[in-house]
Amino acid sequence: MLRDKLKPNGPTLLNRIHIDGWLLAALMLLMAVGLITIYAAGGKDLGLIQRQTIRLGVAMLAMFVVAQVPIMLFRRVSIYFYVVGLAMLVAVLLVGTVGKGAQRWLDLGFMQFQPSEVMKLAVPMMVAWYISRFTLPPKTLHIFAGFILVIAPTLLIAKQPDLGTSLLIASSGFFALFLAGMSWKLISIIGVLGSGFAPVLWFFLMRDYQKQRVLTFLNPESDPLGSGYHIIQSKIAIGSGGIEGKGWLQGTQSQLEFLPERHTDFIFAVFSEEFGFYGVIGLLLIYAAIVARGMIIAVRAQDAYSKILAGSITLTFFVYVFVNMGMVSGILPVVGVPLPLVSYGGTSMVTLLAGFGILMSISTQKRLLLRQ
Amino acid sequence: MVFKRISIRDHTAEANLFARRTLIALLVIATMIFILLSNLYYLQIERHEVYQTRSNGNRIKVLPVAPNRGLIYDRNGVVLAENRPVYSLQVIPEETDNLDNTLEELVTLLDITEEEVADFRKEFKSTRRFKPVTLRNQLNEQEVALFSANQHKFNGVSVEARLTRHYPYADSLTHMLGYVAKINKRDLQKLTEASLEDNYAATYDIGKLGIEKYHESLLHGQVGYQEVEVNSQGRVIRTLSFTPPVPGQDLVLNIDVNLQMIAQQALDGRRGAVVVMDSRDGGILSLYSNPSYDPNLFVNGISGKDYSALLQSKDRPLINRATQGQYPPASTIKPHMALLALDEEIIKPDSTIRDYGSFQLRNSSHKWRDWRPYGHRNKDDKNIINVTDAIEQSCDVFFYDAAYKLGIDRISDKMFEFGFGDYTGIDLYEESAAIMPSRGWKRANKNLPWYPGDTVIIGIGQSYWTTTPLQLAQSVATIANKGIRRVPQIIRGNMIEGRQLVFEPKELRPVEVKNPEHWDVVLDAMYGVVNREKGTALNVFKDANYISAGKTGTAQLFQIAQDEKYDKENVADRLRDNAMYVGYAPYDNPELVIAVALENAGSGAATPVARQVMDYYFRDKPTLIAQDKESTNLAAR
Repeated sequence: MLRDKLKPNGPTLLNRIHIDGWLLAALMLLMAVGLITIYAAGGKDLGLIQRQTIRLGVAMLAMFVVAQVPIMLFRRVSIYFYVVGLAMLVAVLLVGTVGKGAQRWLDLGFMQFQPSEVMKLAVPMMVAWYISRFTLPPKTLHIFAGFILVIAPTLLIAKQPDLGTSLLIASSGFFALFLAGMSWKLISIIGVLGSGFAPVLWFFLMRDYQKQRVLTFLNPESDPLGSGYHIIQSKIAIGSGGIEGKGWLQGTQSQLEFLPERHTDFIFAVFSEEFGFYGVIGLLLIYAAIVARGMIIAVRAQDAYSKILAGSITLTFFVYVFVNMGMVSGILPVVGVPLPLVSYGGTSMVTLLAGFGILMSISTQKRLLLRQ
Repeated sequence: MVFKRISIRDHTAEANLFARRTLIALLVIATMIFILLSNLYYLQIERHEVYQTRSNGNRIKVLPVAPNRGLIYDRNGVVLAENRPVYSLQVIPEETDNLDNTLEELVTLLDITEEEVADFRKEFKSTRRFKPVTLRNQLNEQEVALFSANQHKFNGVSVEARLTRHYPYADSLTHMLGYVAKINKRDLQKLTEASLEDNYAATYDIGKLGIEKYHESLLHGQVGYQEVEVNSQGRVIRTLSFTPPVPGQDLVLNIDVNLQMIAQQALDGRRGAVVVMDSRDGGILSLYSNPSYDPNLFVNGISGKDYSALLQSKDRPLINRATQGQYPPASTIKPHMALLALDEEIIKPDSTIRDYGSFQLRNSSHKWRDWRPYGHRNKDDKNIINVTDAIEQSCDVFFYDAAYKLGIDRISDKMFEFGFGDYTGIDLYEESAAIMPSRGWKRANKNLPWYPGDTVIIGIGQSYWTTTPLQLAQSVATIANKGIRRVPQIIRGNMIEGRQLVFEPKELRPVEVKNPEHWDVVLDAMYGVVNREKGTALNVFKDANYISAGKTGTAQLFQIAQDEKYDKENVADRLRDNAMYVGYAPYDNPELVIAVALENAGSGAATPVARQVMDYYFRDKPTLIAQDKESTNLAAR
């Protein structure tokens, strides 16, 4: 019966190579927007475009390869993936390479490797695997066990320190638990505990520069040439863009270099300045389409593991978008989160598209699952 | 095998639970998107104008553009102050790759001295970030070429061209013309007080002395503006709009630069001053003070060594002796004194005294000597002296007597009318009022009462009485004009599109006398000084091709004891007599008035200076006396 239902869709060419057409289209559109904006933000530097295109190509390849892997295989390796990832995080703290004031990299001899990227996928996989072993909704005990699985890597990454990534990883784990059906009572308790944890975070875990960011966020004009400069210039860029924007390559804030981190974390300000409110709506529509498609894939997935994993990846993707846009437009403190697939560079590109590879795998391998 | 363990799970219920949670998540996402969009709507639409303004404020800078300073010409159109391009080496320290390395390389490339580097570092400390600091002020063309060829190695270093003042006549005009130099903190404060700082926003130099200072407002002009787009480093990307500056006015002076140079030559390195004035309009034809110095030194920032040399020189070259030098007028004021005595009917044109070579007050043994030990004699060789003889021969006894009879109050009142003890109003800030003593003055300044003896020597222009050469020239012009007084003016007018526009002369309150014939008595006596047998200037003006009138003067700076003879040889150089001369010509139709002061030059030394200057002035005039004229051979430029 299910088989009949699926038949009208048919195994299209894309399905046969395990590609979700809608998702691919939306992602490609986003990457195009990204390249166009990087060109403007980077002072028409074709070198930047070239490097970004190569990076996107590699990431797309990763997505394509991951999409070919049967989801059952992921499920089986989830725990090993997680354990190895956790071990590497510990290793980073002990023998990691220091860069930009943080200890995030492992030197493997032939390449630098950032274990926290692995955890971006390993954590939701692990939580999804663990929770889906039991009937849903999960019991409180399992939820707590799940939380421990999330908090351990989160703290290790926060210690590096990499607030942005630890936030994303914590979110992905939480989303998995939430989608699995964690009770509202528990959610409220966690919420209360979480706010209780805030002072602990402030006094014991956050570094001075992180505290400064929060203070600056609360009142950027207190230090307009120092720590408040980024956010003030960013808001000026966005605000001066107006409804229609100043036009591509015409953004004075970015072209005349008033805006810092133009082609990386603050690229959304460049986009807003040049393409205006209309452009912003368009960009958000693309992101919304990707999220919607991801959630559809999640809902349509056949087993709990796939559902939870797909949902978690999709929601975490949105967190990226929200945190980045929120910080650039001044409603969130500055944390180093790039605008996914638009910002230049970022080790996260491969992880991000690998995540979409998993979504595609889930989306296109239903029948294989059914045949089992 | 995994499925076996959870075989009891209710797939539909789980799917429904998941779907519900998904729905909630989507709702939360929708809310968050709404929050993002609301904020962006607020920034981009509600507050758009605010941010648009701030964005423009970031990128648009208004740069002031300095106006070109007006040129200064002499009365014949000769340029006395011009603007020349100079190239200066400027460094924006924040834009260099490494300031120390850059400086080191520049030092080797352009032979920059340690002093220049030290000055640079000092200035760098007090300069705002991303503002250029000058490393070397004047680059010659070779250095400009050398740097340009190597410019690519020096980020943040550039050669800037600007116009700077140049005075082609160097030390010939310094005290009168003055100079411009870099605006300093005090200038800036004054400009701010006058609300002129915006107009000087781009101006580098300001008038510091002389005409350059006095007529600063005419010469400077109006600042222009350039609206430019800059990037975050402040580098100019393009010009958006341009309001051109209004250049300063080109000024024409009454000065004749050739006459000025003749005056300089005539002084021949001796300390002193020459003032030449046109009696018809008060115009200053020449105003020279010696020793002088090169004003161009100051324009480009004088070195500490040079400046202290000027400052500490015993000859005090920084003083404008023509307007600030306070000299006892000595016998040069005898014509004035005679006029006063005639007008107050102390003497009559034909009243006489007997001159025994000294003057004594009743009940006093003190003798005031005449400069001639045995007194003067009239043309009949008798010691009977009238006012004309007294002026011609410069008889002291006659004027001791006249002054004593006039009393200090009448003298100081009338002399004040001539302008003594007051500013002449010349267009120079460097002017002294000198001293016209009075009872009140002595009480206030010396805390002593006025003694009758004080009045006696006032009669020969000594004691406390001091005048500037300019005051003397102005007062002689007043006598030559029979009372009409004018403000001495250096500025003649301005040059508009190659045509001179002459300003109106400024008249002052005239000196009035009860009987105008007294003017003629005095003027005739001054004629006698130069042209009659016993005149003190007869020898010097022999064979002149014009008829002049004048008065000599010798000021004693060294007080000799009673009954002692003044011995020139025994008196130290700096205590030797000052020589003075005042005169005008032509006698019957005055146009030129001259006053000369020569410090420690000894009696009579000033007269030939006046002759030399007047000869030049009248060089082309038809010979008035049929006599062999000596050619001066001074070609006009």
